[in-house]
Amino acid sequence: MDPRWHARLALGLLLAPALLWLGALIILPHVDLAVLSFRERVGPRQYVASLAQYKTFFAEPLYWHVFLRTAVMSVIATGLTLLLAFPIAWIIAKLARGRAGSLLFIICLIPFWVSETVRTLGWMILLRESGVLPALLVKMGLTHVPVELLYRDATLLVGLVYTSLLFMVVPLVSSLESLDDSLIEAAYDLGSGGFAILRSIVIPHAAPGITAGCIVVFMLTLGNYLTPTLLGGKNSQWFTEQIYTQFITRFNWEQGAAFGFLLLALSTALVVIGLRVSGQRFGDVMRRT
Amino acid sequence: MSTPDLVADAVVKRFADHVAVDSLSFSVERGSFFSILGPSGCGKTTLLRMIAGFIEPDDGDIAIGGRSMRGVAPNRRPVNMVFQQLALFPMMSVGEDVAYGLARRGMSRVERMKRSNAMLERVGLGNAADKRVDELSGGQRQRVAIARSLVLEPTLLLLDEPLGALDLKLREHMKIELKQLQASFGTTFVYITHDQSEALVLSDHVGVMSHGRFEQLGTPQDLYYRPQTPFVAAFVGANNRIVGRATRSDGSLAEIATADGWVVRALKTGAIADGDAVEVFVRPEVAMLARSAAQLPPDQPQHSGEVQSVLFDGANSAVLLQEARTRREFRIALPQTGQFSDLKPHEKIAFSFDPSRAVCFAARAGTAGQDA
Repeated sequence: MDPRWHARLALGLLLAPALLWLGALIILPHVDLAVLSFRERVGPRQYVASLAQYKTFFAEPLYWHVFLRTAVMSVIATGLTLLLAFPIAWIIAKLARGRAGSLLFIICLIPFWVSETVRTLGWMILLRESGVLPALLVKMGLTHVPVELLYRDATLLVGLVYTSLLFMVVPLVSSLESLDDSLIEAAYDLGSGGFAILRSIVIPHAAPGITAGCIVVFMLTLGNYLTPTLLGGKNSQWFTEQIYTQFITRFNWEQGAAFGFLLLALSTALVVIGLRVSGQRFGDVMRRT
Repeated sequence: MSTPDLVADAVVKRFADHVAVDSLSFSVERGSFFSILGPSGCGKTTLLRMIAGFIEPDDGDIAIGGRSMRGVAPNRRPVNMVFQQLALFPMMSVGEDVAYGLARRGMSRVERMKRSNAMLERVGLGNAADKRVDELSGGQRQRVAIARSLVLEPTLLLLDEPLGALDLKLREHMKIELKQLQASFGTTFVYITHDQSEALVLSDHVGVMSHGRFEQLGTPQDLYYRPQTPFVAAFVGANNRIVGRATRSDGSLAEIATADGWVVRALKTGAIADGDAVEVFVRPEVAMLARSAAQLPPDQPQHSGEVQSVLFDGANSAVLLQEARTRREFRIALPQTGQFSDLKPHEKIAFSFDPSRAVCFAARAGTAGQDA
């Protein structure tokens, strides 16, 4: 056998599982969804190609209102996650030495041993009207009657940040660990204060890690279904819920498919904007994840 | 006389169980090149970091330009540091890197770029302002690191073994360049190194440091020709070390006998009484060789040995002998004339040295009787 052909066969076999996965679970369903989204039912088992599904989205204020709200809330959740994860990552990467660092990392990881559903239900136990936190507030005399803490935007954000934190901490730790301490000292020596060092040295160095973390967290948040449903309830108005409703409740697959594509377009657009604004290249960023 | 640029007054730094810097006092004159020379772990880095402000001394005071630095943060000190790994900023162009400190002082972009370019011009990197750090060679990076500090016109420039990472040839070249830079800027340099040749070539004054203290502080010539302690004699330059006991005193000279019966004479440094354990140091270039004893100066004690090996190293060539009776190793520099270039191993040869150019000290505690 020709050795070059042999090598190609080996490469093909190695790539086969990945290609199968990509083809069968991502490309094929998406092609099918694309076809679905561009047709309209005109009678029993009668379909015609049309843009009706997309027109409905723009015509019905509820849909694009939920769509925008999901985008804005996801951006806010990503920003909050970054603000919270940065000090944590800094402590793990720079301040805690050796064992303490790994211990802190494990503490961040431990919640993920429990399934997301159970974790979110845990939040519900803490926050519902008859739950732990409202009872505590009454006991401390801060409120007269237990307040319902669930089904508020703030609660929803807490849940989203909590779910995403690890995915921000990991790329941040790895990019901060690679920052040479002597660069920080040199900047300090040359007259910088703490904030100037952060802005001129630390953030530019960690930029690929920050961008990577933000992309991952943003995508996870935008596509999250469980947390908005459980913590936000009916008030959450999350776009994934709209998709679910179309597919499962309304059995309107055509509309659901169109919503799915709109969500995909939204996340792609925001990631591209994010990369443009931060001046990062996608390839560099993904290498840091 | 102007106030010294740097005054350390009884500076102490302790870490957990050991004293890194032990009540050190010294001063550095304005415009001079001062080196701190010592083996790793002697406390020189700790001392430098205290001057830069990264570590606070536990006791004592450091004054820079006549002003006490107690409680002054590194970014507020009139001191800049060239780091061992240089610590150039990879996220900036060379020009921005040099202008970094000026930007922190709130200087306008136009003005700081003008100064940055002028400084790069002065260190011979006039066209490098737009380059990235990784496009520069090792020597060029070195110059950028120095330019970045000097552009701020500090009272003191601290250098933390900046030549350590360079290869030998470049290191030799940068030594000369550093000395010329210091002379042309007139800034006071404080330089730490474990390389005695760097310290000797570059400095006006050198402090030889060991275990948190200065063993000796003086000009390079003082350290080389008039070492005050056995540590300095052993650490600075090459030396033959002979351990024995003082048997007789003859004015400023002492006669020393080794345990196995070799008798040498050397100049006494410090108090030495007959019977004391002593260490004798003879520089390889002080001793002279002769094929027959008659050719040696008649007023010097004569010794004989057998050639063990010839160590050819151009101008630094030497021959390694074994003293005839005791088989002790003794290194002698070969004369530049090429006179003994035909020496062969196992050849018998005579040698002598001027006792007034060899030094002896009372042996250090714990090293008596131990051979080098």
